Amino acid sequence: MLFTSWGFALLIAVLIPLYYAVPQKCKTAVLLLANLVFYAFAGVFALLLLLGTAASVYCFARWIGWLWTQQKDSLAAHREDWDKAQKKSFRERMEKKRRLALALCLVLHFGILFGMKYGAGIVGLANGLFGTTWDGTKIVLFMGCSFYTFSAMGYVIDVQRGKYPAERNPFRVLLFTSFFPILVQGPISRFDRLGETLFAPHRFSRENLEAGLLRVLWGYWKKLIVADRLLVAVKQLIRYPETYNGAFVFLGMLLYAATLYADFTGGIDITIGIGRMLGIRIDENFIRPYFSKSIGEYWRRWHITLGAWFKEYLYYPISVSKPLRRLTKAARKLGDGFARRLPVYIATFAVWAVTGMWHGNSWNFLVWGLSNGVILLASEELSPLYARFHGRFRGWKDAWAYRAFTVIRTVLLLSCLRMFDCYATVPETLRAFGSMFTVWNLPMLWNGGIASLGLSFGDWIAAGVGVVLMFAVSLQQRPALLTPRFLQKPLAVRLAVYGTLLITILVLGYYGFGFDAGQFIYNRF
Amino acid sequence: MDTLLEILSELRPDVDFAAEDRLVERGLLGSFDVVMLVTRIEEEFDVVIPARLITPETFRSAEALYSVIQTLSEED
Repeated sequence: MLFTSWGFALLIAVLIPLYYAVPQKCKTAVLLLANLVFYAFAGVFALLLLLGTAASVYCFARWIGWLWTQQKDSLAAHREDWDKAQKKSFRERMEKKRRLALALCLVLHFGILFGMKYGAGIVGLANGLFGTTWDGTKIVLFMGCSFYTFSAMGYVIDVQRGKYPAERNPFRVLLFTSFFPILVQGPISRFDRLGETLFAPHRFSRENLEAGLLRVLWGYWKKLIVADRLLVAVKQLIRYPETYNGAFVFLGMLLYAATLYADFTGGIDITIGIGRMLGIRIDENFIRPYFSKSIGEYWRRWHITLGAWFKEYLYYPISVSKPLRRLTKAARKLGDGFARRLPVYIATFAVWAVTGMWHGNSWNFLVWGLSNGVILLASEELSPLYARFHGRFRGWKDAWAYRAFTVIRTVLLLSCLRMFDCYATVPETLRAFGSMFTVWNLPMLWNGGIASLGLSFGDWIAAGVGVVLMFAVSLQQRPALLTPRFLQKPLAVRLAVYGTLLITILVLGYYGFGFDAGQFIYNRF
Repeated sequence: MDTLLEILSELRPDVDFAAEDRLVERGLLGSFDVVMLVTRIEEEFDVVIPARLITPETFRSAEALYSVIQTLSEED
């Protein structure tokens, strides 16, 4: 089921009163039912995979939890008669068993995800090599599979690390894995953080309901009025790269930045808003990312939960892994500075290669990911130079103009990188990028160019007002200050705002010809 | 503790590590710094900080980090 379908609106309209009407002990069952209804629309196989993932994750976590209990019990039983070496050796044996269980779990679930993401390409390769005629196009990625797999694997890794015990109640694991607001585009959630609020008792609260409703309406506003409208122009620009080059590429870069922001943050607003209406706190996934002053800061403020997942479960484990430590030791012959940088460089490129592959199955995404890695490393290496610069020009760092310059520089840089996400191939992307500096066609934009992008004058006005409004809200929205202030306004004002948002969504929402009414860009990941 | 403070100062000369207790939260130690630090700690103290202990809590202050190094040394 899509967030932008009438069926989804009906599901929420039925769920909210029902959820608060039933006794606390039945709330989990009501949410589980809502999850099943929501995901049943993805098809029988998708639903079976989701249920199978939850069951498998429950079993693996319980197995690992059982190994932890065995270790603690045995160490307690032999506290007196085992010496330090025996205890250490026993702990290491048990750690190996837990790692094996975890490895099986990761291989199984990431294997399924990999198969779905890359299956068609692998089949194509096999057909080319062996002359077979298998149909790879039937292999599709089920909606949300990436997101719930990552959340579920995070839970099993945490249990293996002993961060918290394995959950005994299978329905709680199922609820965590299949919680419908976060199912199709995240945020990638942590069992301890989401579980704390998901399994807690919830009483009806007007404040939660209104704050959630406001967030949901704002999310739909961004998605249907700004993102879906601008996407029409972006698609037109990408479809004909030979025609739309030079200044059009620059325009496309900025339009795509606005589209992606409105689409993804809009979807997350809906997710967090629905959670809030149910009294469930879902982690934020964005903190005003376009106000970042560097690419590193941007990645700490955009899709926060994915970045945090990769950092905690991939970047650090790779950088302290045995093979890399051995390599670092060997590299000391070439200099301490080089040896100490080696794990940072290898782990950074590994993580960004995987981040690229997560976003898509073409070379574009790999190049996009690795380019991010190069910029982040270059930025780190140049940091002493920046420090010297700011030492020489004291006061610049805090000057309004310099801060604005760094923000605009970051937005332009990340928009350039995102071109790999737009164009079909790497050479096409590079050609389009190069044309910005070689083709001087700026006047063509207002001599009919903009008018040819599939949007009417009214559409451009609506999208423009939307972008200005998003910017104004972002300026005001120093984390979570806006909503509490709004909730203190008189009822008439609040109703007027809800009504205006709803009516403008219904009247100005973009439902044009050929428009895929509901697919969020991040649903495809 | 003095050796650790020296390592930290080499890495980020602009930070007062003896006084600061919100290193990660305030963005004074990023993920690059953390990995460089883990490598330096292994060189100096012969202790490997496992991935499960690379958390904001471990790196929030020099004192917290030193306490983890001591615990790991004792376990060895």
